[in-house]
Amino acid sequence: MAMTATEIQTLIKIGFPNAEVTITDLAGDGNHYAAEVIDESFRGQNRVNQQRAVYAALKGKMDGENGELHALALTTKVPKNI
Amino acid sequence: MKLIKPNLYTNSHRDLKMSNATTQIQSHITENDVVLFMKGTSQMPQCGFSSRIAGVLNYMGVEFKDVNVLEDQEVRQGIKDFSDWPTIPQLYVKGEFVGGCDIVTEMTMSGELDTLFDNKNVNYDKDASSKIRDANSE
Repeated sequence: MAMTATEIQTLIKIGFPNAEVTITDLAGDGNHYAAEVIDESFRGQNRVNQQRAVYAALKGKMDGENGELHALALTTKVPKNI
Repeated sequence: MKLIKPNLYTNSHRDLKMSNATTQIQSHITENDVVLFMKGTSQMPQCGFSSRIAGVLNYMGVEFKDVNVLEDQEVRQGIKDFSDWPTIPQLYVKGEFVGGCDIVTEMTMSGELDTLFDNKNVNYDKDASSKIRDANSE
């Protein structure tokens, strides 16, 4: 079963309430998305830990052969200091 | 009185399989400076993300071991548990997990991958690395 962009965004926003989250549907099949997550909590974290935190928010949707999210291109950033 | 036998054989068989995968993974990353756990092989990748990292490493002339997770379901799941990372491909340099396709792509573009290789004494072609950045910058 495919996920919608809204479902992904909702899950990420639950984990990162103040984040700016942008989801792009790469293939139109509900299975290949790109997500950009900009959040203050990433400051000082290396990329691996930033992305691990996003995967954790997605609560196992990526897991296993029946993982609903087949491919998620992730970009994590820290908000620019104004 | 019915004797209930715990299914020891099945459990230990599964544990043995799991630890076999872990042992294999550990020996790959100890015996090789750069290891890419990917779908397909570096010459014939079977996934766009895997293809991208393999392509970058090949272009930069980095010697690396490619482990085709499609050939072994236990390694395919095992590496995800081992790295605490849900996706393939996965790049290891000197036994340390560096990241998946997104992270390695970002590091290539920012020059951080070059720095990592310099710090870890991994040989690569600096010219090729600059060319990748030039070709991909906006």
